[in-house]
Amino acid sequence: MINKKETSVDEALQGVKDNMTFLLGGFGLCGIPENSINKLVALNVKNLTCVSNNAGVDDFGLGLLLQKRQIKKMISSYVGENDEFERQMLSGELEVELIPQGTLAERCRAAQAGIPAFYTPAGYGTEVGEGKESRVFNGKPHILEHAFEADFSFVKAWKGDEAGNLIFKGTARNFNPVMCGAAKITVAEVEELLPAGSLNPNEIHIPGIFVQRIFKGEKYEKRIEQLTVRKKE
Amino acid sequence: MSLNKEQIAQRIAKEVKDGYYVNLGIGIPTLVANYVRDDISVEFQSENGVLGMGPFPFEGEEDADIINAGKQTITTLKGASFFDSSLSFGMIRGQHVDLTILGAMEVAENGDIANWKIPGKMVKGMGGAMDLVASAENIIVAMMHTNRAGESKLLKECSLPLTGVKCVKKIVTNLAVLEVTKDGFLLLERAPGVSVDEIKNATAGRLIVNENTPEMVL
Repeated sequence: MINKKETSVDEALQGVKDNMTFLLGGFGLCGIPENSINKLVALNVKNLTCVSNNAGVDDFGLGLLLQKRQIKKMISSYVGENDEFERQMLSGELEVELIPQGTLAERCRAAQAGIPAFYTPAGYGTEVGEGKESRVFNGKPHILEHAFEADFSFVKAWKGDEAGNLIFKGTARNFNPVMCGAAKITVAEVEELLPAGSLNPNEIHIPGIFVQRIFKGEKYEKRIEQLTVRKKE
Repeated sequence: MSLNKEQIAQRIAKEVKDGYYVNLGIGIPTLVANYVRDDISVEFQSENGVLGMGPFPFEGEEDADIINAGKQTITTLKGASFFDSSLSFGMIRGQHVDLTILGAMEVAENGDIANWKIPGKMVKGMGGAMDLVASAENIIVAMMHTNRAGESKLLKECSLPLTGVKCVKKIVTNLAVLEVTKDGFLLLERAPGVSVDEIKNATAGRLIVNENTPEMVL
């Protein structure tokens, strides 16, 4: 077994610098790498390019990095829930690239899988497709999209082991698995970190080969963005 | 009488057939799930990574790790599955999802759709809408026939930035059910008590009207 060793959040984020590009897992506030984000805030690294489906809310998730003006550019598919984001975007302080959600996921997966670029129909004929190579397959036009190139991936899993194997829970899975191995270094934070052999190999979602560093998150707030419930009859 | 949003959803629910995998957008489309007949088997997909979505959880049983694409807490039904975002859009792009229902700001008579951006206003993003409309075989748009200013949303050409081209197949509004054909919007059904003239007046794009357009049955 290749032991990824349990590290602390401090060790796991070593080498993080200004001007880097990060891939960050999560959909809304679901399955975000809370502990890595908090550490990035404490390290105060600046001029970051962050690829994440959403940009958090004002006081949680990536919103915390925005409050401290650490992000230079966001690449996301939907950014509706953050006033500070809106302010920085409209004032021109923050550069924003909005891309289709499926394209965002596939640009991660392509990076993970060593595919430099791929064709997708999403965005053809819209401003997303402007200036991009296009090609018709089976009578349908597609545009060429490129794999991301990033320095770090920060992902969050439910359970992990010392070999770096990961299991995700519910819809907290989202972008996390496709970001593993999609950057030079993948940092996984987990709720439960177990000795190798504790997880059933049949049930592992992401093999440890895609993960360089793993640590157990100190705490998880798991904030709910839209609480919707029914009353018991 | 023009339909309210619940009634639009109720009419669209009739388009959902036994054995369908269905993706519902935010807004009126979400309401469709409430009106699907319970004697047919349907699974709802949410692009953040769940198939087999159920109703909202009971109070106190919510789980922050189980949400839909609107970031609302949900439950899952028997036979449900979770998956990553790439696989989720593989389902969509690969045309494994049978029906996509979404809202729109404008639809053009050639099937172009605009629903993500109003120039000069804060742009929130397209989310999964561009992937959905570019790939889905069967797209139904749920929307009001006119905007708040009373202007038609069924146009000759979209004025807003496009989400996708030539992709909408059917539109259900508060006034009518229409099919997008190569010659324009074909009027299929009228809302109860709504006249063909009212629909004509509210439609800026080319409208094709056959004799005796029936009233919708909800």
